[in-house]
Amino acid sequence: MGFFDKISEGLSRSRTRFVESMNVLLDRGPQLDDEFWDDLEETLILADMRPLTASYIVHTLQETATRKALPDAYAVLDSLSETIASSFTTGGEEILGGEPACVLFVGINGTGKTTTVGKLAKEAVDNGRSVILGSADTFRAAAIEQLDVWAKRAGVEVVTRERGSDPASVCYATIERAEELGSELILIDTAGRLHTSADLMRELQKVVQVVRKRSKLPVYVVLVIDATTGQNGLTQAQEFNKELDLDALIITKLDGTAKGGIALAVSRELRLPIIKIGVGEGIDDLKDFDPNDFARALIGDFDSRTQANAD
Amino acid sequence: MLESLSERLQGIFSGLRGKGRLNEEDINFAMREIRIALLEADVNFKVVKSFVAKTKERCLTVEVLESLTPAQNVVKVVLDELTELLGRSDSKLVLGSRIPGVIMLVGLQGSGKTTAAAKLAYRLKEQGHVPLLAACDVYRPAAADQLETLGSEIDVKVFRGDGKDPVGIAKASIQEAIDTLRDVVIIDTAGRLHVDEEMMAEAQAIKDATKPDQVLMVVDAMTGQDVVNVASAFAERVDFDGVIMSKMDGDARGGGALSIREVTGKPIKFISSGEKPDSLEEFHPDRMAKRILGMGDMVSLIETAAKLKQDQEDEEEAERLLRARLTLDDFLEMQKKINKIGGVSKLISALPGGDRALSRGEVDEHAIDDMVVIINSMTKEERQKPEILNGSRRARIARGAGVQVSDVNQLIKKFNETKKMMKKMMPAFDEVGGRGKKGKKKKRRGSRARLGGGMSMADLRKIQDMIDSQ
Repeated sequence: MGFFDKISEGLSRSRTRFVESMNVLLDRGPQLDDEFWDDLEETLILADMRPLTASYIVHTLQETATRKALPDAYAVLDSLSETIASSFTTGGEEILGGEPACVLFVGINGTGKTTTVGKLAKEAVDNGRSVILGSADTFRAAAIEQLDVWAKRAGVEVVTRERGSDPASVCYATIERAEELGSELILIDTAGRLHTSADLMRELQKVVQVVRKRSKLPVYVVLVIDATTGQNGLTQAQEFNKELDLDALIITKLDGTAKGGIALAVSRELRLPIIKIGVGEGIDDLKDFDPNDFARALIGDFDSRTQANAD
Repeated sequence: MLESLSERLQGIFSGLRGKGRLNEEDINFAMREIRIALLEADVNFKVVKSFVAKTKERCLTVEVLESLTPAQNVVKVVLDELTELLGRSDSKLVLGSRIPGVIMLVGLQGSGKTTAAAKLAYRLKEQGHVPLLAACDVYRPAAADQLETLGSEIDVKVFRGDGKDPVGIAKASIQEAIDTLRDVVIIDTAGRLHVDEEMMAEAQAIKDATKPDQVLMVVDAMTGQDVVNVASAFAERVDFDGVIMSKMDGDARGGGALSIREVTGKPIKFISSGEKPDSLEEFHPDRMAKRILGMGDMVSLIETAAKLKQDQEDEEEAERLLRARLTLDDFLEMQKKINKIGGVSKLISALPGGDRALSRGEVDEHAIDDMVVIINSMTKEERQKPEILNGSRRARIARGAGVQVSDVNQLIKKFNETKKMMKKMMPAFDEVGGRGKKGKKKKRRGSRARLGGGMSMADLRKIQDMIDSQ
């Protein structure tokens, strides 16, 4: 199975829905009138893209259509895929690409931080890297136990303290232990917190500062966003970015029907690369992000026509 | 951060004032703004479309267009329609006559089911029930441990069964409740995707095996457009009775809530905000509508404050407060309580336009600390009778607190404003107070109902102006 297939597999449901709505558009024929553009904008908004981002994309597309004299809706959709793909911020390969690194995972409650850390640990171990986990979520009940289970599954060591202890001290201990062991990848799970909670954000700021100060390895802070998140996702990302100076994003739960359109908004408007996407519950269901594949899988590209004909 | 819709509308219409009457084009312009605002609040696109059409029709009537304050009237129409969409009346939790009653929670991963289960148990316990929590999430690592920990914190027993078969655990938990004389079982299930056939079948099986009185779906307030697909799928498969909106302490507008009601017909029963077990509140459509429009949620906030006050069992003081015989001591107490409610940020964000002020960094979160210091530098008499604070007293206080005299003046000014505000709300409280001390619960309910009516838009505006002037 090719790489593209794997991504498509996870996103196939999103795609079918999107294609369905696209086909409704296509039934109107290839005429590129105002209604077509309006409906296209609607479709993008339904995919949780920001109304602002949606207008930007439609506008860009309209210009391209005029400049290149695109003949019909199909050509426009091809171009749409390209436009979406080029709107993502690229980069971030150095974070999980194989270089020694210390990575902190942050985000609001329930986005899948602990699960992501577990999956990444397994992936890195499979690639022959020495990994250590730090459980800095000392707040949520049983978060430590949860990470512990993941650590066992991946076969890596996890540094923990009892619930309620200072998360920054866990990070410190994790880095110390990593240096003893000579680990090349440190993954630290933090407690989920709402970006509106000033105290918890300050606490996290302290955690990040401690890690940045103490770690000899390059430190990266990665925001984990749930694909089902709506417009608030951007506000979340802005707040976390303001307080912590983020390096990258991971989008989880793309295996549902949510299209993760807010990911595009966050990546584009905050200039943050997406380094992984979560497409399932299995330990191997974390995939590399590729803007072209993402855009293509999202809107179906040329497949939509062959698929539509086959149905 | 979103600019509140009501302000946006005010802005649009104030620009049109010179023109006299509004015309259809002005309304169209306003509707476009409303559309964007609702979309940014995550209201489902299709819902927005029909909503805007309906609202526009109402706004184009003669009464709105030819009124002296068309802007306010448009806002009122929008608020009305939103409330209508969210459901006219509050929807309560219904338990049957069977003992034990069974409540089952379902939802996507990470929506907050386990936390909600514990909060629900706490709430039922407060109401005199003896709940049992059943841990039926056998998939997520340590999920049962999490419930167990939360259960022990609120002193509610957690049934774990064999930790393998969710249907078996659910069934056994009911027997366990009978054996240990517990009258409500709350079943916490694993998070599942609505498109996961196997898991949805399992949820159905748990439902069939336990015949719950209520199936509640837990939905993250931050969910976007997809909430409609998710809720429809859950409605079809497990036919839930109502919704718990979680993570309402964030600044998501929760437009998904509105969409669920409209698309599936299922009401929202509770909103959950915060990590503490007592942060599960009943859902009030009118307040939610205000939140979606960015108009703040004063009523809930005052309720929280009132509850805290009540907990302290100093009813007399509360009554004096409500009757607007406010002293600086009370003011100090109030400030301290604000911290208990969740600090200035929470308070401010519940006020109209508060989110915006917060996001602009216009609110000094430490302002309260300064106030406390200033009041602490006053004599007992001064605190009881602030009107005796003359120039030399103020200068002394400023020296004592290490601030400028202007800071002291500022505090007094704020205090007087608060006092005035309290007076405004007084009619609502007065009637309640007159009823005497007949049982707390009844009284609280009374004040809740009245307060909503006692406060007018003008009051909300005034509070907003206060914030703006800061």
